Amino acid sequence: MNWLAWKMLTGDRAKYLGIVFGVAFGTLLIAQQSSIFVGLMRRTSSQIIDVTEADLWIMDKAQQNIDEIRPMPETRLHQVRGVDGVEWAVRLFKGLVRCRTSEGNFRQAILVGVDDTSLVGAPRRMLQGSVFDLRRPDGIIVDQAGFRLLFPGQPVTTGVTVDMNDRRAVVVGICDVTPPFQTFPVIYTRYSQATLFIPAERNSLSFVLAKAKPGVDQNQLCQRISSATHLKAMTWDQFFWFNIHYYLTNTGIPINFGITVTLGFIVGAAIAGQTFYLFTLENLKQFGSLKAMGVENLRLVGMILFQAAAVGVMGFGIGVGLAAGFFEFMEMSGQADLRGMYVPWQIVAITGTAVSLIVTAASLLSLRKVLILEPAMVFK
Amino acid sequence: MSDLDSTTRTPQTIADSAVVCRGVTKEFGTGETRVRALQDVDLNISYGCMTLLVGPSGCGKTTLISIMAGLLDPTAGEVILLGQSRQQLTGRRLVRFRAENIGFVFQQYNLLPTLTAAENVAVPLIIRRHARKEAIEQAADMLAAVGLGDKCHSRPAQLSGGQQQRVAIARALVNRPRLLVCDEPTAALDARSGRNVMDLLRKTTVQPDRAVIVVTHDNRVYDFGDQIVSMSDGRVDSIEDRRTGERPVTMNSASTPSTLHH
Repeated sequence: MNWLAWKMLTGDRAKYLGIVFGVAFGTLLIAQQSSIFVGLMRRTSSQIIDVTEADLWIMDKAQQNIDEIRPMPETRLHQVRGVDGVEWAVRLFKGLVRCRTSEGNFRQAILVGVDDTSLVGAPRRMLQGSVFDLRRPDGIIVDQAGFRLLFPGQPVTTGVTVDMNDRRAVVVGICDVTPPFQTFPVIYTRYSQATLFIPAERNSLSFVLAKAKPGVDQNQLCQRISSATHLKAMTWDQFFWFNIHYYLTNTGIPINFGITVTLGFIVGAAIAGQTFYLFTLENLKQFGSLKAMGVENLRLVGMILFQAAAVGVMGFGIGVGLAAGFFEFMEMSGQADLRGMYVPWQIVAITGTAVSLIVTAASLLSLRKVLILEPAMVFK
Repeated sequence: MSDLDSTTRTPQTIADSAVVCRGVTKEFGTGETRVRALQDVDLNISYGCMTLLVGPSGCGKTTLISIMAGLLDPTAGEVILLGQSRQQLTGRRLVRFRAENIGFVFQQYNLLPTLTAAENVAVPLIIRRHARKEAIEQAADMLAAVGLGDKCHSRPAQLSGGQQQRVAIARALVNRPRLLVCDEPTAALDARSGRNVMDLLRKTTVQPDRAVIVVTHDNRVYDFGDQIVSMSDGRVDSIEDRRTGERPVTMNSASTPSTLHH
């Protein structure tokens, strides 16, 4: 009977494509908007993602996220180093700085000051130069996208200079970083250099990055550091989600994207549901004939569910394909800053569930009509 | 109640009849909206003959044919369908019974527009879980039997009305049903096509072990019937047996002529 169901479904190409389009459109909206949302949320933690050497992030107790820094005194570093179970601990500066190029361009940038000795926190994906070039006088490493913002139209190269806080800095390397939430250039320098590039403050230590000794439980170590120093200590994973949670609960982003995703679901369900319902209504006489000829309700239900599953799979495949293609196209064309955004498997799974709901709702609407259909109606 | 309930009814009578209706009443709706479509109908449909069910619109022909085809339950009365009490045929058993024993020809053909003629004819076999390839081969043979051997791959939209009705007849016959129910098979056809279809129905369907019931408004096809049952207002008015040449017997709700019971 699945053969018959398939023939009935695909016989009228226009209607068949209409239903598939409805499902695909809903899928595209849900998958694409959800992926952008996830990508944006991921970007809020981009500097956390890019630091791979440290196990723990230690910061002031009042700190709510990675961007609103409450600087700590330098002595905090030594306190952390003194906690049992800490293999090493280093300083990290993070702040915003105003940059001016020789052409007169002005840009706000994210300044990351890494430990002078170990360079822990420095970028790992170098496109030009080396992280060790940071040891050169006034040396900074700029991310490639940020370089293009600072020097629009110019070839991406080292050797150019920028002014920060009236101090000259030389670009000694170009790196690739996880795109930040704000479209600011990301500039890396040594910690000691960073404190010169920003206006003077009494305290300048943003974070302490620490490594646990082998075999030491990171969660327990965090607790020990907190109780010993009265600082907030979190594992990489905890800090990543802590930061995302802040943006989820303190910005309108989830609501905006939630509305779009819900609209995608509703529009997809409406188009697919209505077309599928009308399709079944138009075939009601045929279903009645089949009933009269001896097809049980259960087999008719199977036929309709098969048809729903068929359009669901087709629409879902096309929709997810289009969403993935959209990010690929944007990445290649550079039309919008959607770097690093993609359709994660979790979104594929969630979208799949949503599409299942859409086609199930559509088929349930139709099923009712078929189930209550009197086979005697074929004589009317 | 008719004399079918009396001692004149014998097992022989039921065995000779494809369908026996005794005091069949059908009502639709409840309370003030209740409509009585059939009232105390007694009728025998014999094997080996074509019975025409005639009468004006709204007289209950469609309701009666639906009950006799096992598509509708009577409100009261008894129906013996191919030797089995209709009351005992319920749920899946009834559905399977219909699939195995009853063929349908509809006024508007009800062919699936997306299937070819052969595929349409194969549908009843596929319903009975025959392999698709085998079913389509059998369907092609059946199409050849109704003179459409060269139209196997045509879709309904590519066929004339008469040809579509022939496909519908082939579909109804492919399962070798013991009861064939035809609803206005010539209504959508011109006079010539209508006669051709009736001629085909007579030649291909009337068999000693099969009964054919045709509902029709079309008095031009009365010649094809062996038995003509006239209805009005939910009752059987008269029954004419053209094989014996007996004059129409006028019926009423209180009695049933003995000619029905041989």
